[in-house]
Amino acid sequence: MTLDNIKPGQGGVITAIGGQGALRRRLLDMGLTPNTRVQVRKVAPMGDPIELSLRSYVLTIRKEEASKIELKEVFSI
Amino acid sequence: MKYVFALAGNQNSGKTTLYNNLTGSNQHVGNFPGVTIEKKEGQIKKNKDAYLVDLPGIYSLSPYTMEEVVTRDFLLKEHPDLILNIVDATNIERNLYLTLQLMELSIPMVIALNMMDEVRASGNSIDVKKLSDYLGIPIVPISASKNEGISELVDVIMKTAMEKKSPKKLDFCTGEVHRAIHSISHLIEEQAEKSGYPLRFAATKLVEGDEPTMKGLAISENQLHIISHVVDDMEKALDTDREAALADMRYTYIEKICKDTVIKKQETKEQIRSEKIDRILTHKYLGIPIFFSIMFLVFWLTFGAIGAPLQGYLEVIIGAFTEMVSETMNAAQVSSWVHSLVIDGIFAGVGSVLSFLPLIVILFFFLSLLEDSGYMARVAFLMDKMLRKIGLSGRSFVPMLIGFGCSVPAIMATRTLSSERDRKMTIVLTPFMSCSAKLPIYGMITMAFFPENAALVMIALYMTGILTAILSGLLLKSTIFKGEPVPFVMELPAYRVPSRKSVLVHMWEKGKDFIQRAFTVIFLGTIIIWFLQSFDWSLNMVGDSTMSILASIGTLISPLFIPLGFNDWRASTALITGLTAKEAVVSTLTVLTGAGTDIQLSAILNTMFTPLSAYAFLTFTLLYMPCIAAFAATKRELGSMKYAVLTALYQTLTAFAAGTLVYQIGSLFIGG
Repeated sequence: MTLDNIKPGQGGVITAIGGQGALRRRLLDMGLTPNTRVQVRKVAPMGDPIELSLRSYVLTIRKEEASKIELKEVFSI
Repeated sequence: MKYVFALAGNQNSGKTTLYNNLTGSNQHVGNFPGVTIEKKEGQIKKNKDAYLVDLPGIYSLSPYTMEEVVTRDFLLKEHPDLILNIVDATNIERNLYLTLQLMELSIPMVIALNMMDEVRASGNSIDVKKLSDYLGIPIVPISASKNEGISELVDVIMKTAMEKKSPKKLDFCTGEVHRAIHSISHLIEEQAEKSGYPLRFAATKLVEGDEPTMKGLAISENQLHIISHVVDDMEKALDTDREAALADMRYTYIEKICKDTVIKKQETKEQIRSEKIDRILTHKYLGIPIFFSIMFLVFWLTFGAIGAPLQGYLEVIIGAFTEMVSETMNAAQVSSWVHSLVIDGIFAGVGSVLSFLPLIVILFFFLSLLEDSGYMARVAFLMDKMLRKIGLSGRSFVPMLIGFGCSVPAIMATRTLSSERDRKMTIVLTPFMSCSAKLPIYGMITMAFFPENAALVMIALYMTGILTAILSGLLLKSTIFKGEPVPFVMELPAYRVPSRKSVLVHMWEKGKDFIQRAFTVIFLGTIIIWFLQSFDWSLNMVGDSTMSILASIGTLISPLFIPLGFNDWRASTALITGLTAKEAVVSTLTVLTGAGTDIQLSAILNTMFTPLSAYAFLTFTLLYMPCIAAFAATKRELGSMKYAVLTALYQTLTAFAAGTLVYQIGSLFIGG
């Protein structure tokens, strides 16, 4: 399961970050590292980007970027 | 002894507020060498010999964004005496990620743990003493917005700097990563010392595969081979790649110390409040209408309710002052050309630009409120999808919208864009948004040619501007601004009440900036135009502007506009004077045609243009290079005269091409 495929209110635990270069490094630097719990809070009115909650802060990324983040243990709140 | 301290921290950590608290109004603003990233330097209050440099807000020391590279270069090459690292206590894990990287630089460090008031008020707590012991760095809890803990912070900074005590070597790495860093350290020990790189930092960066460090250390082929071997082994053993391995290692260590020092029972009040506010402000259906309503309100207040009367008063004051100076000069019987230079040149030119000052200050008052409250990040979230198609991100939306009011503050507002590429592209595209000073021109021409369809023509012009910006964006995206755009991975900070001081400082800076330009670039520009308008080629002053140098230049370039369907020196001259301020096109045309009434003017305009060529003229006016004030802002924000000139050239050529298209294609249908 990738992060772009889950609905607002759902979350999961990151297993891997795909992609490369600046983008991937940026995701890692912002704390999207393996074993981190992340939750999708919202989708922007035009359908993209999405709003995430992790490490007790709020982050927004595009769906394209979210599709590179692999999840396990998907949960709903 | 003079001390230089560097202030580093994440975006939204309260860095600017802390900086303003520490330095007061004693600030010098410039740019970092070679880039348009702002560099602020100020003296710390009550400490004559201590200077604080405000570094860009960053999340990491990766080599990918200009902000990060600038920070690294500053820290490695300028050798500040101390790094003051501001850490947001409500978001401590991600903030400490940068801290761990800064610690590797072996520069004395102090942490200002900001927003501790919010942590406490929510019943959470942080064991500051224990955290300080873990990191081996003095930590001072503060609240920048309430100005708490600041004097204690200054004491600790001065003490630490005098002791020159660097952070202890923190071994957050274990196992394979540790082994890799250790063996690479041995390999490069000599080079690191020679080139002034902190060893631990250099070794870690090489494990990450950081190119600037490889270059900086002049790593040989042979060494590179060994390094990649070491890293390969590490990656295999950990079953992950080098960058992920180190990020993971840092966060794992942070989680460990936070578990031991941070008690977090619940989200802070501010975080809970933010979530509630966002239920409305980024609502699926309400979010975008609310955004446009807010922008409409800002526009109405700036350009209408508050700004317009203030602008009027200022004009009256400037007018009265001009009158007074004029009379004094008459009484003193100064020669007529000096009188003309001072009154028609300097006072008229600079005066008309200065009357924009209230608009700039008011607009930036609202923009700082939107920015400092955290709403601008939401705007980017709401509008990103739309702007992505032309290679920009949601953040560019606000400057472009302001462009409909005035290009000058719009270009100045690009300063808040975090990506240099986005910023430059936005500066080039913003003037295509039809500014309010062009309205009198549209009014005059539509009255003469399209009295029945005035509204339709106006709407068509505004749409043409937007369309041109979109097409230009697509063009620029695939040519000059190719390359990877900075990824849209952006924090949505908790909403906070903006600090009064930050808002005032911001308004003051923008106002000062504008006045400075009014008396330098704009001053010079208006004198040149005045000279061209008032003298003939033999440098005699002309009573009749039709004999001036400007008129002859107008005549000279007039044939250039044949493809646009008009060839009249009065039109081309008006386009030149329009560079001082766009509404000058109207006054010049009125003066040069000698028309007394609107009806006369319409009649004369009808001899100069056909309806189609009048529309081509309007299209050109809409798109060609902006006025001197906007040009000066472009130069300032691009940080280069060359690029500012190229930008103006690009805009003018675009205008020429669009005007030609309008006339030539139009001719096919209605035969000129």
